[in-house]
Amino acid sequence: MSATRITTWRPPQTRPASVGRSVPRKEDGRLLKGQGTFADDVWMHRMGHVHFVRSPYAHARIVEIDVSKALALDGVYATLTGEEARQLTDRYTQIAPEPGGSAKDWCMAVEEARYQGEPVAAVLAESRELARDAAALVEVAYERLPHVLDAVQAAQEGQPLVHTEVGSNVGWHGVYDFGDVDWALERADHVVRIPRLHFHRFSSTPLECNAAVVNWDVGTGEVHVDSNNQMPQFAALFMAPALGVRTDQLRFSSQDIGGAFGLKLTSYTYLTALALLSRKAGRPAKWTEYRAEHLVGSCHGNERTFEEIEVPVMADGEILGFKAKAYDDVGAFMRYEPLGGVIFSQVLPGCYRFKHLQVDYRSVVTNKTPVGPNRGYSRLQHLWMVERIVDLVASELGFDPVELRKRNYIRREEFPYTTPNGCVYDSGDYHAMLDRALELVDAPRWRAAQASAAAEGSGKRIGIGIGSTLDSGTSNFGQARIINKNLPFSGNGEAAICRLDLQGEVSVALGTVPQGQSHETTTAQVVADVLGISPDEVLVRPGADSARNAYVAFSGTYASQFAVTGIGAALGAAQRVRDDLFTVAAAVLEATPEELVLIDGTISVDGDEDRALTFAEIANYVYANQGALPPEVADAVTLNHRHVYRAPFTVPDWKSKSGSLTLTYASQIHVCVVEVDDETGQTTILDYAAVDECGTPINPQVVEGQVHGAAAHGVAAALQETLEYDEDGQLLNGTFWDYHVVSAPDTPMFKTDNLPCPSPFTPTGSKGMGEGGGAPLHAVCSALQDALRGSGAVVTDSHNPTERVWRLVNEPVADGAARGVEVRSR
Amino acid sequence: MPDSAHPISVTVNGERHEHVVLGRQLLVHYLREVLGLKGTHIGCDSGNCGACTVICDGKAIKSCMQLAVQADGREVETVESLSEPLGPPNALQASFNRHHALQCGYCTPGMLMSATALLTEQEAPGEDEVRRGLKGNICRCTGYVNIVRAVQDAAGTLPEQSA
Repeated sequence: MSATRITTWRPPQTRPASVGRSVPRKEDGRLLKGQGTFADDVWMHRMGHVHFVRSPYAHARIVEIDVSKALALDGVYATLTGEEARQLTDRYTQIAPEPGGSAKDWCMAVEEARYQGEPVAAVLAESRELARDAAALVEVAYERLPHVLDAVQAAQEGQPLVHTEVGSNVGWHGVYDFGDVDWALERADHVVRIPRLHFHRFSSTPLECNAAVVNWDVGTGEVHVDSNNQMPQFAALFMAPALGVRTDQLRFSSQDIGGAFGLKLTSYTYLTALALLSRKAGRPAKWTEYRAEHLVGSCHGNERTFEEIEVPVMADGEILGFKAKAYDDVGAFMRYEPLGGVIFSQVLPGCYRFKHLQVDYRSVVTNKTPVGPNRGYSRLQHLWMVERIVDLVASELGFDPVELRKRNYIRREEFPYTTPNGCVYDSGDYHAMLDRALELVDAPRWRAAQASAAAEGSGKRIGIGIGSTLDSGTSNFGQARIINKNLPFSGNGEAAICRLDLQGEVSVALGTVPQGQSHETTTAQVVADVLGISPDEVLVRPGADSARNAYVAFSGTYASQFAVTGIGAALGAAQRVRDDLFTVAAAVLEATPEELVLIDGTISVDGDEDRALTFAEIANYVYANQGALPPEVADAVTLNHRHVYRAPFTVPDWKSKSGSLTLTYASQIHVCVVEVDDETGQTTILDYAAVDECGTPINPQVVEGQVHGAAAHGVAAALQETLEYDEDGQLLNGTFWDYHVVSAPDTPMFKTDNLPCPSPFTPTGSKGMGEGGGAPLHAVCSALQDALRGSGAVVTDSHNPTERVWRLVNEPVADGAARGVEVRSR
Repeated sequence: MPDSAHPISVTVNGERHEHVVLGRQLLVHYLREVLGLKGTHIGCDSGNCGACTVICDGKAIKSCMQLAVQADGREVETVESLSEPLGPPNALQASFNRHHALQCGYCTPGMLMSATALLTEQEAPGEDEVRRGLKGNICRCTGYVNIVRAVQDAAGTLPEQSA
């Protein structure tokens, strides 16, 4: 027997590749039959149910909490107040440096409630109904405090402070300054000024609310969190120090998650409260959030106001860049923030060759629900502003919006393209994508329809809009140093375990925490190709469980990275298993690796079929017949490999705020055709095309599904989904009666196409995708602007419900800057 | 009388069940927690999202909007009735798989039950009828495109180029 440890031997392809095909999903079998296990499906013996008592006020001092009447009820196991949480836990670590970092944040309100819906107390009882009844008996005395709801106002002097210890509502402030924008503004033939743009607050509201069962086992010390949190090790980063437990005793598990979209990342505050209740009562604590709680008490997407935008433009349509002030409304606690204050800069110039860029960015706290990284997080707000800029330059200076974009888009031959702030766009072809999107809707036909609608005076107007956007994926966590230079983070990675089991079965455990992104299917495709078997033969373990040990610090499904990090990890682990297989086969069959072929789970000597070993036979040698192997072979193979994919990053420069912040740049170009009814302001989408580019697709059908979903979220946000507060700080959209989630009749039959430009930087040429970059928000606003052509009205808000559109169409247009845009030309 | 006890007799997926339930117990909680039929989900508590849709005496209803006592004497079908637990999917389920009409799968049982009721009521619904028929079911993942295609395919009304 030969005894060489084979490393990364790549046998010739012996069966058609699975990657690149629309393999039907493995997940569907159980989900279609109602056999999935979601967080609320988990029940434990002796568990109690939790109900939270929440602040009815936007800002109030908590004078006294009396839980005695609740505790007096038979079947109430325990209560918890904010003050108890303060005594039992350390305050959460803050990502923000000073001053924002000095904010005191616990799992429940301590001394003050800072937004309507903030939990102030909790009850654990034997049934959901009893917990709710008992919570209604908790008496809380409040003393109302002045509140502040608008980020721009909150950032000024003399406003009520959300956190008095911070001394300001500006939790973080930084200026991104590249090129020389003031020079460009002086040199430009035209300067377009936009006094204010507002990106509204909304949420992609996963259909499954937050839910968990937490069991603190005082015997072993293990705190088992069975929940739908989507980034458990991020949660552990906050929970372990707060609770004073070891991270390896915080066990997180989940199977099926009913959507998350970034909004289940910061649920660690609730998980902490459940852990405390479980320890206090000596029972598992179960909590399933009601929808009304989710809307007011989980998290919202970031609201952002842009002010004093100035855009230098040359006579030939070259846009030199822009300058803007951004006020990001992060709600009452920073939590995931101020990461939004750097993440937007992954896409600083958008899809364009802009050279002179300045953004003066503030993360501002207000007395509203805290934000979480909602799909397209922080980039979509910024990219929306960039697209509004391009559209307003076109409409004010008389350029064709298609030609103006093509004049300024980064060109295919310029990739990999380094932006002024050091980000490297890997690949793309925005010009071809725009052409394809226009072709899919047959744009000339709609231009003709637009002209005839205007000529007929039909009371209807048609608009054609473009949304160009980026879906940057695989973040360099080193960018956190740009908002806080003391954060010891950089790079990115993911872990996976591939194992050949006792009888030759192949299984994979992932560190990712899927929420509908088809990881079981796409992972099986990649692993099957490595091992020369069918995806049906690969078991990808559903969900995630930290007890499987397949995780790193940033494991999870977020920020469009699975196709790079998760797949990279699974690929590497499978290759190591394959190396083991060939090592054993070469030894047992007394052949060189070059003589061996791998076909359908059997390794044989090429041309000598009798000299062959099945996976099961190899597994038997390794697990049960080691004595028959040369010791050096037996010691070299395990058939059980954990691989960590490491994204090739270095540490960005915090001083200049530049560096490679993300590895891949998937792109989407959308074209939207709307019809606006002058009399009612009703906006109807007549046609819609979404062309995406995400490198080499692993499973085209899965990619298309993500494009559809992101498109629906954007259309919904543009026209009907908004989270608004009244002057008292009361949320006006507290249920699905008032928060108008899109339904089947509201969405168009999206036309899609995919133009692959393989990434030179990733293991398979694929790019992360799925967040989508908010293209429909850009495209719908662009189409509305186009429908308003000639009227002088300006679309300045990302949310345009019927009433706002009616006002744009029917109210007199103001003069000067009050109109929403002005031009100064040389 | 939220905590009063009521005997009910209800036929669920062809099997007759007799239980004493609290007056305040929702039908969806009865199905999930008493009968263990956890395929029926809860997404909004207010009758908007349809994740809890079941078929009651032939009509699609939202089981979070009904009390368990209201199901007394009725016949209820849940997603678990569509195919055998260990058997192949039925035609509609297979069509959902073929068209990638589900991602996270949370809305899927309700969506399937609404579509089942729709296909019973209408022989060959076109795209608009399918969209209207599913108006009471929210999906946050798919943008509805592939759900509409899957239901149309099951109904035999899917235009050829999108099959």
